[in-house]
Amino acid sequence: MQEIGWKVGGKQGEGIDSTGDIFAIALHRMGYYTFTYRHFMSLIKGGHTNYKIRAANQVLRHHGDFVSVLIAFDQTTIDVNWPEMVDGGVVLYDQSSFQAAAPSDRGVHLFGIPLTELAKGAGGAIMKNMVAIGATAAILQLQPDAFLPVVQDKFAKKGQDVVDSNMRALRAGYAYYAQHYDVSLPAPDLPKKTADHLYISGNQATGFGALAGGCRLLAAYPITPATEIMYWVIEHFPKHGGLVLQAEDEIAAINMAIGANFAGVRAMTSTSGPGFSLMMEALGLAGMSETPVVIVDVQRSGPSTGLPTKTEQSDLQEAVYGTHGEIERIVLTPRTVEECFYYTAEAFNLAERYQCPVIVLTDLYLGMSAQSVDGLPTERVTIERGKLISDDALAQMGRFAYQRYDASLADGVSPRALPGQKNARYVALGNEHNGVGLEVEDQQTRVDQVAKRARKLANFTHESGVSVDGRADAEFALVGFGSTWGVLEEARASLEVHGLIVKHIHFSRVAPFPASALEAALRGVQRALVVELNSTGQLAQLMQQHVNCHGVLANCLKYNGDPMSLKEILTRAHEVFPAGVLN
Amino acid sequence: MSTIQDFQTERATWCPGCGDFGVLNAMQKAAVNLGLEPEQVVIVSGIGCSGKMSQHFGGYGLHSLHGRSLPTAQAVKLANRSLTVLAAGGDGDGYGIGMGHFIHAIRRNVDITYVVMDNHIYGLTTGQASPTSDVGSRTKTSPHGSVEEPIVPLQLALAQNCGFVAQGFSGNIKQLTSLIERAILHRGFSLVNVFSPCVTFNKVQTYEFYKRHLVNLDDDPDYNPNDRITALHRVAKAQNIVTGLIYEDPERASFDQTVYGYPDTPIAANNWVLSREDTAEILATFR
Repeated sequence: MQEIGWKVGGKQGEGIDSTGDIFAIALHRMGYYTFTYRHFMSLIKGGHTNYKIRAANQVLRHHGDFVSVLIAFDQTTIDVNWPEMVDGGVVLYDQSSFQAAAPSDRGVHLFGIPLTELAKGAGGAIMKNMVAIGATAAILQLQPDAFLPVVQDKFAKKGQDVVDSNMRALRAGYAYYAQHYDVSLPAPDLPKKTADHLYISGNQATGFGALAGGCRLLAAYPITPATEIMYWVIEHFPKHGGLVLQAEDEIAAINMAIGANFAGVRAMTSTSGPGFSLMMEALGLAGMSETPVVIVDVQRSGPSTGLPTKTEQSDLQEAVYGTHGEIERIVLTPRTVEECFYYTAEAFNLAERYQCPVIVLTDLYLGMSAQSVDGLPTERVTIERGKLISDDALAQMGRFAYQRYDASLADGVSPRALPGQKNARYVALGNEHNGVGLEVEDQQTRVDQVAKRARKLANFTHESGVSVDGRADAEFALVGFGSTWGVLEEARASLEVHGLIVKHIHFSRVAPFPASALEAALRGVQRALVVELNSTGQLAQLMQQHVNCHGVLANCLKYNGDPMSLKEILTRAHEVFPAGVLN
Repeated sequence: MSTIQDFQTERATWCPGCGDFGVLNAMQKAAVNLGLEPEQVVIVSGIGCSGKMSQHFGGYGLHSLHGRSLPTAQAVKLANRSLTVLAAGGDGDGYGIGMGHFIHAIRRNVDITYVVMDNHIYGLTTGQASPTSDVGSRTKTSPHGSVEEPIVPLQLALAQNCGFVAQGFSGNIKQLTSLIERAILHRGFSLVNVFSPCVTFNKVQTYEFYKRHLVNLDDDPDYNPNDRITALHRVAKAQNIVTGLIYEDPERASFDQTVYGYPDTPIAANNWVLSREDTAEILATFR
């Protein structure tokens, strides 16, 4: 694989994100596969922020550990990101605003460019980012004209003048670099562009998946990193007969989603950790009243308000166990952007088929990282509404004969009626209830209803929930869930290059826990390294609970807020897998 | 045409003499008078004695969580605008844990009717102080007398510019029925606060107390229920011991009339399948 790692950094509020966006979209439009990662802080201006782009000639699932070109708007950017620089890489810094310093031992080129001055010459200091992009284009030997369509898209509504001055700034950067420096790091060869080459983030894919899956009501409260789902949906739902409600809090949000589902509309809420915690009581209501509901939790670092702009996978056990009492729920953990789309759509089918809450667990890394993919599985999406009782069936019943919570059914799933249907009046309630939905405290009814609800997921059928990549007979395994799939695949490939045969076992669902699939996947495995972004090994604990694998597991844990790096997995793999195998 | 029997279910479990019987009665009568069928009406309740309303009223019901009837009810209505949706709450449920939702429901102005059974006490949990308990009320949790200022729901609603504010009394079912009917007909969020005595735990705010003290604004030909500031004064002057239509703004547009893109057909009845063209159009935005 040919690839390039590019990063721009500076103070929050300096236009770092828009610089990254323009460059990433330009590379994507040229036909490259890109993967972006935003490092940002919970403040509006100041601090350090950076935007990483990895571009290659094949699909990327990870932002990569290395940077070959770094654009530094301040010294902090150099200091913070120096460890990622590759030998022979280039640091471009704004010499109109500071004199950069960097160690000299790594062969990294430190090149000053008067970014601000050149920008002023082109029409305004604000365009220093365009100058930087132009200089980068010179390093990568990309033609400035290739950026014109993106610049037009971005600035056309501000007028042709703005488009022209931005292009002027870009060309000025290009020309300055070409004139003063002769180091080039040519961009990868262009891949063959696919018809459905899309640039999309996990959050956007989640919103699109909801729309495609028939969701027509989102009730949510703004929270990083989930708010982008709301932004996407609010742009598209009204066009398709749907509604977005900005709830007063997360408690209202989930209760709204439950109310809308009760009334027959596919509805969901999207949130992140602290908001998800606030929803726990209502999660129980959905379980007890057997009302479908979909909840998307885009995890961030916790607990409490934790690190609101950093990624983590530490809501796993809350998703699996959260709420008082015991309820049936399904927890999906999409591995990729495509799965954010497809699993969110499918979540509505599962919620209606099993009449229970479905939690889609993603995280900041997957949710906010935009990337190039070869299309989304839109053709796979179907809308299946599960057991709904028909008006005809109800017409043949007497009044009060309809049993919303009929406990005698073998599969535990009793047909749902929707308000408006004659003869089917019932009460959906959080109290324990009998078959017709009346609140009762009778012991036998309680036992029967608990058993009824439990039977629903005892009969669960869906995809296996566990993927296995690599050789089935491998003695060593890398294990993870959700967003770490990409970096683990790279780790597997890298270990194989070094002669170690490993398989990669990955969860895309953790409830109902795919125990038999895991058991099969672990057969013959001598040592399994469970890689997860939390401090207590939540996935490893779940695995041990369901499958006898205590002696086999080792942990690779990270919880400093950054996504897992390839290097960290490889280092830990060296420690855990027998050293002799690696050479 | 429906009858009262159509809106009846099993025997209610409230204490004999409970004010909530009167509220149930008035709600059933209002539904019949408005020509509603049981399947068209949804009652969303919270927790407490008032929470039982969803089970005792013969329409569809959603017995939700403590204090959460309002967000739930608003979504039921927005999901299917052809339904008549009422939220039923109590002073503890609605003005304690659910207070935030109350103010926001007024702001949002979804076309639902909120009936609050206000008995100034926590009944189902056997007699603790509630948000509307008077200063000095002696209860299990205020043995030395409550020191907190009580919430006055009417004033709060008026201050927040609620489009319909009424107060009824369980001992006057005729008036209460009429208030609930008018509240249902009002397009937007409507509040009907009801003095609904707890005969078991509240020995102060009794039927007799209300019969002695209540002023009925519906009987006052000079009272103008379209003037918000007058309404605020009048409620304050009567120390909240009033019944009747306190305020209505018939012009205030409801949420569904103002929110961008809200569909004419009930969302629940919409086609949810994205066409091939729609899908292609969306995919194009990611290129």
